[in-house]
Amino acid sequence: MSKQKVALESLVSRQFAGKLLLRNEIQLEDKQFEQFLADGVLRPSPSIVKQLISAICQRCGNRKKYLFGRLPCKQCNQNHLYCRKCIEMGRVMECEPLYYWNGKEVVWPIIDQPCTWEGELTALQQRASDRIVSAITNKEKELLVWAVCGAGKTEMLFPGIAEALRSGMRVCLATPRADVVQELLPRIRNAFKNVNIQGLYGGSEEKTGNAQLIISTTHQLLRFKAAFHFLIIDEVDAFPFHNDPSLPYAAKRSLHSTQSTTIYLTATPRRNQQLRLWMKQLPHVFVPSRFHGHPLPVPILKTCTSLKKDIQYNRVPYSLLNWMRKRISPHRQLLIFVPTIELVEQLYKNSLVQLPQQKLLTSKDRIMCVHASDPERKEKVQLFRDKKIDILITTTILERGVTFPSVDVAIIDASHRVFDEAALVQIAGRAGRSPDDPKGEVVFFHNGKTNSMVHAIDAIKSMNKRGGFI
Amino acid sequence: MYCLWCHEEIITEVHWGNLIHLYRPKRLCMNCESQLIKIQGDLCSICSRVSSVKKCADCLKWEDYEESPIKFNASLYTYNSFMQEVVAKWKYRGDYQLAKIFQYEFEKEYSKKFSFLTKKKPVVVPIPLSKQRMTERGFNQAEVLADFIPLQKDHVLERLHGEKQAKKTRYERISTENPFILRKSINKTVILVDDIYTTGTTLRHAARLFKGNGCPNVYTYTLIRG
Repeated sequence: MSKQKVALESLVSRQFAGKLLLRNEIQLEDKQFEQFLADGVLRPSPSIVKQLISAICQRCGNRKKYLFGRLPCKQCNQNHLYCRKCIEMGRVMECEPLYYWNGKEVVWPIIDQPCTWEGELTALQQRASDRIVSAITNKEKELLVWAVCGAGKTEMLFPGIAEALRSGMRVCLATPRADVVQELLPRIRNAFKNVNIQGLYGGSEEKTGNAQLIISTTHQLLRFKAAFHFLIIDEVDAFPFHNDPSLPYAAKRSLHSTQSTTIYLTATPRRNQQLRLWMKQLPHVFVPSRFHGHPLPVPILKTCTSLKKDIQYNRVPYSLLNWMRKRISPHRQLLIFVPTIELVEQLYKNSLVQLPQQKLLTSKDRIMCVHASDPERKEKVQLFRDKKIDILITTTILERGVTFPSVDVAIIDASHRVFDEAALVQIAGRAGRSPDDPKGEVVFFHNGKTNSMVHAIDAIKSMNKRGGFI
Repeated sequence: MYCLWCHEEIITEVHWGNLIHLYRPKRLCMNCESQLIKIQGDLCSICSRVSSVKKCADCLKWEDYEESPIKFNASLYTYNSFMQEVVAKWKYRGDYQLAKIFQYEFEKEYSKKFSFLTKKKPVVVPIPLSKQRMTERGFNQAEVLADFIPLQKDHVLERLHGEKQAKKTRYERISTENPFILRKSINKTVILVDDIYTTGTTLRHAARLFKGNGCPNVYTYTLIRG
């Protein structure tokens, strides 16, 4: 009997180790669950801690009063607090504890030859990846990897991940968006064929999250506690990690111990990170040039004083048409960024009429528009990738994480506030990503220069300078 | 104030209207509020669906089958994609506070549509949840809505089994057996309250019970016409 129990426990320990879960996320029969509680292998911990005037959600770290609600609980006949911030991941209520695993610690297997990737890194990539490996072996706490757009960040991580798996560590690669998880998963599976890998995102098929190597969205980290020895956070400067304090909170909690290593990946560090770099509080490694060894395209500013009027009177901005006529290589595809969804649709309608008239478009089905709430978003992006479309009008959703080999990029109304410095650098980084066509034009159409635009161009120029160009 | 939906801060413009009167707090920001669409135009006289004829095709189909146990249904909003998101978060995720979005309008619409009943002293009955679903969610959305109406409420219905209607096809819904039992008969006019009227099967099941047990008239009042 007791032997059976031990066997069951070790099976279950993998499932629950490193998690922080609600009762309804624990797939156990009531009887079994009670038994585990009585044995002390599963422990409850309060889900919402009340302080003098505020409350803190223990899952997402929310302290804001307006993000807590009250609900008359039928079971306790009391008005209870619940967290409205992380409710998309299941409701955390004051009267229901969160559970964590307190049983035997899981020993993750030591994998001798985890990496089956056979590609080669460039000298710069190699330098960065060596630095990552040394951060793991020296048990450094943090390391920022600052690599320009298109430096080949994913490949640089492989030696580090391999090193961690060789030492029996649990590894997580967290990225801001589900699309990116879906894109990364096959690539990583291909590079680590002998390793159990799971992808976690809202609506993913695998939900257990008991693998040694996990690729997840940053939101999924809310369900982990003391889990990972090696955590990689992709695009730290991006929405939502940058704007949502609960995600850094969750990331910190998901670390296994103080000896765990966190790697931040970014192409455009934010002010606070730059400050920490400058004060030498945050160790970093810089990858100044793209994997194909060409500099980043520097954006050109084009003033377009009639921009607001053109939009108002349903015209394609005049300067855009003018530029399109004079493009250096008109065979490149064109990616047009606009600030709002309404403008996406409006510009699309206008372009359908005006571009064929101006002979800038061969047929009407070679232009499309896409935005976040577009149900056919994935298909349209794929069509663009397959070169079935010449022009794609988009919001900032395509600002990062996507690669099209040969495109020119235009931003309409670059002075809009959604285009901050990081966004502009990222958007400019969409051009010239392929070794066959390493150049690309990037044009900001604006009706008034903003600081973000100036800073973005300065940042790109200085990165090129550090890469030894100019 | 913060918008209950997008959590953006709401900055209300101060004008004489809200300076002099005690104004009711805004629950949604302008942008979110504009996405809630009320049902307008010509409606079916029975189910409140947008329809150019007096009785819509669905209600005529029902009539082949039985005389409608519902006098008429009144609804407030259309079931657009924004509303679907709100309802999903409210009901299925269990964000209780979101009900406040509808409080004022739900009450106002009630007095508009049902004021003619005031003399008859109607009883408001919310559609119940099954016990299992109730423990899952912690609250009954129909009850919350019913509480917005300043009238006597009577929880006389009980739900035996409650699979989610939302996952069924039209035929499956119509041909299900009655999931409710009536604990006490009421011989006054009854107003059934629920969150959404889709095919009307649930509400018709409940209404049939009341009619069969000596209730003169049954009306239904729902937040959304799906």
